[in-house]
Amino acid sequence: MTEERLIIPRKTNNKFFMMIAIGVVLVIAGIIFMATGGGADHGAGHGDAAAVAHEPASWFKRLLVNLWLNNVYFTGIALLGVFFVAVQYVAYAGWSVLIKRIPEAMGYFLPIGGALMLVLFLVGGHDIFHWTHDYLYDINDERYDPIISGKASYLNFGFFLIRMIIFFVVWILFFNWLRRNSINEDLNGGTSYYHKSIRISAMFLVFFGVSSSMAAWDWVLSIDTHWYSTMFGWYVFASWFVAALAAITLTVIFLKQNGYLKMVNANHLHDLGKFVFAFSIFWTYIWFSQFVLIWYANIPEESLYFLARLDSTYKWVFFVNLLVNFVFPFLVLMTRDAKRQMIMLKIVTIAILLGHWLDFYLMMMPGTMRGDAGIGFIEIGTTLIFLGVFLLTFTKGLAKASLVPVNHPFLEESIHHHV
Amino acid sequence: MNKKFVLGIYDDEDVLLEAIENVRAAGTKIYDVFTPFPVHGMDDVLGIKRSRLPIVAFFCGLFGTSFALWMQIWMLGFDWPMIIGGKPHIAIPSFIPVTFELTVLCAAFGMVITFFIVQRLKPSLKVNVFDKRSTDDKFVMAIEVNEGVTDVNALNNLLRSNGAIEVNEKEVIK
Repeated sequence: MTEERLIIPRKTNNKFFMMIAIGVVLVIAGIIFMATGGGADHGAGHGDAAAVAHEPASWFKRLLVNLWLNNVYFTGIALLGVFFVAVQYVAYAGWSVLIKRIPEAMGYFLPIGGALMLVLFLVGGHDIFHWTHDYLYDINDERYDPIISGKASYLNFGFFLIRMIIFFVVWILFFNWLRRNSINEDLNGGTSYYHKSIRISAMFLVFFGVSSSMAAWDWVLSIDTHWYSTMFGWYVFASWFVAALAAITLTVIFLKQNGYLKMVNANHLHDLGKFVFAFSIFWTYIWFSQFVLIWYANIPEESLYFLARLDSTYKWVFFVNLLVNFVFPFLVLMTRDAKRQMIMLKIVTIAILLGHWLDFYLMMMPGTMRGDAGIGFIEIGTTLIFLGVFLLTFTKGLAKASLVPVNHPFLEESIHHHV
Repeated sequence: MNKKFVLGIYDDEDVLLEAIENVRAAGTKIYDVFTPFPVHGMDDVLGIKRSRLPIVAFFCGLFGTSFALWMQIWMLGFDWPMIIGGKPHIAIPSFIPVTFELTVLCAAFGMVITFFIVQRLKPSLKVNVFDKRSTDDKFVMAIEVNEGVTDVNALNNLLRSNGAIEVNEKEVIK
């Protein structure tokens, strides 16, 4: 079978660097703007916040929270790329063979994500996570918090750090293992690599099932320390997975429009479109299941979470989130034709990628920035920086091996895929 | 009324697909093709248009959504307002599960019933089995014979030259 090598032109690489540069400039502009008091007029609309003598959040905190938000988002996409490959192996899937290298290469971001997550937690743990403050656990301190204190056996600095390190080390090990097998298969052929990959994937999926939920509790849920939801692990997983599927689909379309992936046709796009469509509904299902029980029971300690998100600062995000991530893909991708057309898929996947970034924004900002959040230079800047770095590592990884896994036993089936 | 059919029997799906294309290219109208299992690409070579059933499903689903919302809003908001759980009479989030279920129910039933009606499937339906081997290991292409118009011998030759292992004639009672 024909090998296809991706060559990243210097121009494209420069575009990615440009993205990072613009991001840095925007962040610096945002910091200067905030440090010189430009943020004051922004806070003027929040009389309630001022009433409780609330000190406006510093630019440093805002920057940290944004870095954390983007790191969790992009790490999730990278991780779910590996998850997608593993699921395809375990399901003995044939159709996805032609596009399998794309989710596979997403995993190259994991080491960067892991290192950044570690540094961010060590530098800015106090700014992002309320529970990291020692006085909450000191019974003699007036700020002692019996609820958080009761969670100390799980939510403590050491254990949190250990969990984070274990998750990343194991994920990266599994990613490298799968990737090595996949590349060796290209070189040597035979079915032994395929069978080995299935076993590796099965082990990874078991670990992933536990670790993705725990990561969601640690990195996102623990921001709102008092509140908890048993659905939260699933919720974050669903959000990550839809974003990852959208990223895969979008990459396939970009590559195809630039003359690569010649054997990928409308049938493969159709299946990817079905994935995006179905998991958008899955995400909504989880979202609603979490929301309706809390809304119906109306227990103060639980509804606080949604009250904060229906506050004037976040109300628009709350509803835009549902419109962009459910109504839009649901109505647009419903027909068969839409799922087979590149332009439709392109519009929907870009909307979904933005929408799920907003979803994470909504999960993290009310617990950290409270009423001072906004979408300004710092938000757009950090996102651009992360996007640039992600695309650089991702495309570099893609270029390392053939885009078509030439010796995959199901390659022939994928070429003749027909729906 | 009796109808006459010419049946071409094939034992290979690839040969069959090519034969269908050639037979249609020769200007012969194929009545139907019977296979023991679904053959990929069959719809395309037979020139069968895509089903319009999804459109029915969409509108049945839409009906389910509107009906469920109207029913709950009217019942709980106007006809017999009750306070449940301290919520407003018309509390949309609590209506969503029922709305979802009715949407699915109406879409599914609407599709099945429409399919039955369009295909005229009913308990008294009598189905002509042209050749019982089409449920085992043979593929059967049926071509209707119009008395005085169709040249059966030419048809026989056409089918055989396109890989049919045998060609039979059969009369069925309509």
